[in-house]
Amino acid sequence: MKHIVIIGGGIAGMQCAVELSSLGISATVIEKEHATGGKLASWHRLFPSFTPAEDVLGELRLKFAKAANISLRCGVTATEITPRKVTLSTGDELECDAVVLATGFTLFDARIKEEYGYGIYDNVVTSADLEDMFNRGEIVLKNGNKPRRIALLHCVGSRDEKVCQRHCSKVCCVTGVKQAIELKEMFPTADVFNFYMDIRMFGPGYEEMYREAQVKHNVHFVRGRISEVSPTIDGRLQLKAEDTLTGRPLKMSVDMLVLLVGMRANEENAELAARYGLQCQESGFMKPQDNFMHNVESNVEGIFYAGTITSPKSVGETLNEATTVALRIKDWLQKQ
Amino acid sequence: MINFGFSINKPRVIDIDNNNLRKSNEIILEMPELQACIGCGSCTASCTAGNLTDFNFRKVHTLVRRGEYQGAYMELNKCMLCGKCRLVCPRGINTRGIVMLIKRKLGDF
Amino acid sequence: MKRSSWTDYQKDIADDNYYYARSCIRQNFFPGSEKAFLNILSKDLGRNIFDDPLHTSCTGIGYHSDIVPLPTIMTVVARQFSLMAEAGYENFTSSCITSFGIYTELLNTWEEFPELEEQTREALYKATGREFAKPKNLAHTSDVIFHHREEIARKAKHRLVNAHTGEPLRVVEHIGCHYAKIFPKSGIGGSEFPYVLAGMVEEWGGEVVDYPERRHCCGFGFRNYLVQANRGYSIANSHKKLESMSPYRPDFIVTNCPGCSMFLDKWQYTIAEMEGTTYGQNGCGIPVLTYEEMAGLVLGYDPWELGMQMHQVDVEPLLGKMGIEYDPSAKYLGRNGKYIGCPESAIVNSRAKETLYKIKR
Repeated sequence: MKHIVIIGGGIAGMQCAVELSSLGISATVIEKEHATGGKLASWHRLFPSFTPAEDVLGELRLKFAKAANISLRCGVTATEITPRKVTLSTGDELECDAVVLATGFTLFDARIKEEYGYGIYDNVVTSADLEDMFNRGEIVLKNGNKPRRIALLHCVGSRDEKVCQRHCSKVCCVTGVKQAIELKEMFPTADVFNFYMDIRMFGPGYEEMYREAQVKHNVHFVRGRISEVSPTIDGRLQLKAEDTLTGRPLKMSVDMLVLLVGMRANEENAELAARYGLQCQESGFMKPQDNFMHNVESNVEGIFYAGTITSPKSVGETLNEATTVALRIKDWLQKQ
Repeated sequence: MINFGFSINKPRVIDIDNNNLRKSNEIILEMPELQACIGCGSCTASCTAGNLTDFNFRKVHTLVRRGEYQGAYMELNKCMLCGKCRLVCPRGINTRGIVMLIKRKLGDF
Repeated sequence: MKRSSWTDYQKDIADDNYYYARSCIRQNFFPGSEKAFLNILSKDLGRNIFDDPLHTSCTGIGYHSDIVPLPTIMTVVARQFSLMAEAGYENFTSSCITSFGIYTELLNTWEEFPELEEQTREALYKATGREFAKPKNLAHTSDVIFHHREEIARKAKHRLVNAHTGEPLRVVEHIGCHYAKIFPKSGIGGSEFPYVLAGMVEEWGGEVVDYPERRHCCGFGFRNYLVQANRGYSIANSHKKLESMSPYRPDFIVTNCPGCSMFLDKWQYTIAEMEGTTYGQNGCGIPVLTYEEMAGLVLGYDPWELGMQMHQVDVEPLLGKMGIEYDPSAKYLGRNGKYIGCPESAIVNSRAKETLYKIKR
């Protein structure tokens, strides 16, 4: 039986293993954390349907557990990767027929955008923090009060030369609209503002959700990037932006600011490229052979990519791509 | 009083905290579709009045939504109610209805 | 205020042997501050600093007003560096924020465009027969005081504490735009949460006030205030800052820029005369200090020796709070005891037409 080593036990790695198993190929998944699920494990609900992330991950974990010929190694990392052998941090060596890199992405560290005061001012949170608060079922300010006015800022760590992240992270727009609706549902009398540069609703049901946020939930959208956040005397946050559709500066104070942090490439990508002859894109994400017929193959024979290691992707796209990788690997093995 | 030869400029900023949003909220509540505007500018592009004067419907209603009412009523008097903007709006907003609504609500401004 | 980021922005500041470049504005409006800096460095801290009578204006005001072209200012700056090298120094420290910004900008420009440095060398040689060496270390004088803040704290005669209540004084710190907004890495703490003044205030017992318009420009803007008709929006910026800070009831403002000190101080007078508004306590203005004056008070200097009688807004309420003893009647006596003239009473000082000071002539 052919054997594949998959590096990364997030949804891409898990789905890829499940699909390989159904194709009669065995797989070992290497996960550096102590459990599978990656970033999805801490997410609350998914756009545009508000499906609990737990449902998706639960079903995937079940399939993963039931599938034949999958083994899982948690709490270890790969120290040496070749298409035929992967060495682990434990010293174990895993022989294989191909390798899938599914190491995902890194959330942008909002502290780098100093002007927003993340980590300095109370009640400046990231979209990931907000999901965590949703999971705990409580959205409260530092002083224990409920927020009455909330702003969400798009493109934090995306499309921003100043922090060397030129690319669009793609999913934050939709997440911002989703979170605005969730906040409105929790606090119907609160004012919720989205500050955006462009709203990119690229997927099925996204534009409809955007419209619903505007008309049904009365979420305010201001086209303009927040340039500065400062504290007010009553412990709130003052925001400055331009309302570019009226051509006037705008300022307002809010109780809570949500920074929609982008997806950036893992720091390790450059090292992967240097050590194993792989290629990175300008954005730092790994570069597949092309964007069409060979979009999950690396430039090194026998090393494949699945998920957000190559670019920001939604959960659905990641799952699709992981399935594709399994099929391409089967194809490739047959040609060997 | 000393004449310094200049005065202190008034801020141009849209100050959401100090603007009275009551009228704006009433307008949105009555016609929530106004919030669906994505600022495409089709209305202004096709506007009979906007091609001959500085009337800009998109800008006027956006300012009204931010609580900037000054001059809105007078601006909207330039509208000829031809209805072309309603035909071209990709979000299906009843723009003519909005013109009438804002004028009704902001008669005092 | 939580500041997690200032330590990310560190810069090398020379510990001794400085070549000092003065500021045009400060020599006129706050001459005591530059003198105090030299005294603090040489007398209190025992450091070597050279005050060179040969150096000139950096021409920054002209440059930022579109009067002095780039090649000219580069040559003038090169001459200052040449004087520094000639005097045997490598550490350049400038008293003016805009000069500091210009030195930083030009050193970076020459780094990026070596051909401009070559042109400058040629121009300087042709004009003066001089050659120049770039400084090893460039710091603003507020960086230098920041660098020595702990030593100053150890020698402190007064702290930035209300002597009557024991509470820390509430201080608004204002950083000149050209300090770190051009090159955030060249300023301590970067441009969003600069620490150069805050570090001094905290070290000497005060409390820094973070208010909504803290990072906003004072409105100086060179060509904007130079043209009378444009001053309306120059003053509007100071107005905005003062409106924003006044609810925090600051005891004083400290700035590290000549223009900011001047404007935040003098515009308070203008606003009071135009609108009747004052922003400080008891109907007065908020005293505006330079960091040398702040350091000088901490070290026990006489306020009149520091030149604080040159301020538009009276500093006496602050001196009272700090428990500093001073001779009110000596306020308008110059260094030689000669009467230097006394300003008209003004709303910003809550003073009636008859001055409170009995001047010994």
